[in-house]
Amino acid sequence: MNELYPLLQVLIMAAVIAFTRFLPFLAFPEGRKRPKIITYLGGVLPYAIIGMLVVYCFKGVSVFSYPYGLPELIAGAFVVGVHVWLRNTLISVFGGVAVYMLLVQLVF
Amino acid sequence: MTKSSFKKAFKDSLPIMAGYLALGMGFGVLLQSKGYSFWWAIFMSITMFAGSGQYAGADFMASGASLLTTAFMTLIINCRHFFYGVSLLDKYRGTGIVKPYLIFGLTDETYSITATTTLEDGIDPKKYYFFLTALNHSYWITGCTLGAVLGMFLPFSSEGVDFAMTALFIVIMTEQWLSSENHLPAILGASTTVLCLVIFGAEYFIVPSLCLISAEMVIFRKRLDKTTDEVDNNE
Repeated sequence: MNELYPLLQVLIMAAVIAFTRFLPFLAFPEGRKRPKIITYLGGVLPYAIIGMLVVYCFKGVSVFSYPYGLPELIAGAFVVGVHVWLRNTLISVFGGVAVYMLLVQLVF
Repeated sequence: MTKSSFKKAFKDSLPIMAGYLALGMGFGVLLQSKGYSFWWAIFMSITMFAGSGQYAGADFMASGASLLTTAFMTLIINCRHFFYGVSLLDKYRGTGIVKPYLIFGLTDETYSITATTTLEDGIDPKKYYFFLTALNHSYWITGCTLGAVLGMFLPFSSEGVDFAMTALFIVIMTEQWLSSENHLPAILGASTTVLCLVIFGAEYFIVPSLCLISAEMVIFRKRLDKTTDEVDNNE
């Protein structure tokens, strides 16, 4: 395997991720006033973006052909149910992965 | 003071330790299943320190995505961090020499703790934030490495392990849903994304989604912003 290309990819990803984390601190340095709309968006957007990311994870699922997204739907519902019940991230995530792996490897 | 700061950081980091070991191992196994040695898992977990970014990164590497696609998609996936930083501008103020590391290590999970915790007297915020970030980083590196090493000896198929990322986001969304009164941002975020996915297709829907969602948040500001009453409309 060519090792240089993935190395370049990782370095670029690391730089981009650091950029997304540093940008607000560079744009709004200590001791300078910032627009209120920025503070507002900072508070409200994470809620909306998590909703977006959940949909993002399901983007490759084809609902019109077998198995019609059923493994994702069942495992996803399992995660929600278990998390509402126990509020334990580890159990919800691990359990959901176990259910999903079982479904895609043995059932569908 | 150092001791009590560390103790509180360690205590607060325990749920994240569990989550990061599980998710890190999921990543290590995934990366290993795509043919990359555990050195890659160590290197990526140290330099990137990002759950969804690394999961997606494994795909970019395995599929040989172009550098531009890799950079752009990583930006899209991680630009939510921008808004985390925005809400930590005040808390991380004055942390001096460790500030760059705190910002480098600003993951979803670290953010969820530092943004919500209140520090009692006798705890140095600077030390507390540093210990919390460094502990979480060490769990993440450990998990990723373990998964990649053990992945080689796993006697079963790892198909479906990448559902860990989906499960994590569902958990965060569920957690936010249970702990907040206004569900409009979550509903708009998910429904707008579905709409954009249908209109723009699986390749190009993220940027339009983010732009639309931001616009919607601004439009619904009066309903969503708890501080709206005090806000002057000069902006």
